Amino acid sequence: MPSALINVPAKARRGDIIEIKTLMSHIMETGYRHTASGEVVPRDIITSFTCRYNGREIFRADLYPAIAANPFITFFTTATESGKFEFEWIGDKGFSETASASITVE
Amino acid sequence: MQQSRRQLLHLAGSAAVLGAVPTVLVHPVYATPAMLATAIRNVAGEAEIRTGKVKFDIPPLVENGNTVPMTVSVANPMKADDYVKSIHVFNEKNPQPNIGNFYLGPHAGRAQISTRIRLADSQKVVAIARLSDDTFWSATVDVVVTLAACTEEVL
Repeated sequence: MPSALINVPAKARRGDIIEIKTLMSHIMETGYRHTASGEVVPRDIITSFTCRYNGREIFRADLYPAIAANPFITFFTTATESGKFEFEWIGDKGFSETASASITVE
Repeated sequence: MQQSRRQLLHLAGSAAVLGAVPTVLVHPVYATPAMLATAIRNVAGEAEIRTGKVKFDIPPLVENGNTVPMTVSVANPMKADDYVKSIHVFNEKNPQPNIGNFYLGPHAGRAQISTRIRLADSQKVVAIARLSDDTFWSATVDVVVTLAACTEEVL
């Protein structure tokens, strides 16, 4: 069952630089591992992560098999207005998950 | 002699999978330094890549290559006309040279990203930043890995 952990400050002053931490539970199977019988375990990773702030894209990442399981990504943004951060993870085998967090900017 | 060497390797391999003895496994596939260079050229094109500005925080000695925390920060302001466009992280010896591409903008305020990566062997990792004027800056770190990631058998 996929689930996301998001850490965004609930409040900030206008112009503050805030840190956003995200974690999505996912196996991130590399596609380079073999079972004991020698079969390749098919790749199953998250390939793309996007963050939008009130609809505008503020951060995007392309992920490769070298990203560890349960991708944890942190980045910064400037708090400009109250509103919503929307997060989206897209991956192999039709994986698609979203999460959101609200912020109040004073 | 041959056989005992094989047995020893097998034993070492099994022990590593169980995590009992930290050791480097024998891997069938690796990226090569040439693949690393190609992957970097795919991002930077023919542009000159200079050393500096980029700070790459990653432990120099890693016990478990399955999850290695890393932070890349770029000493550059984030202003509307002078900012960091993207940060790219590469490795030398995983099966694939790319680790991740991170796209920022002037609104980020601070050019810094963190994540956790996998390393299949002791190797060189490279972080490259692309600035808004399309110059490229890099930092390289050598990491020693005792328990490798990626290609171990699934039990």
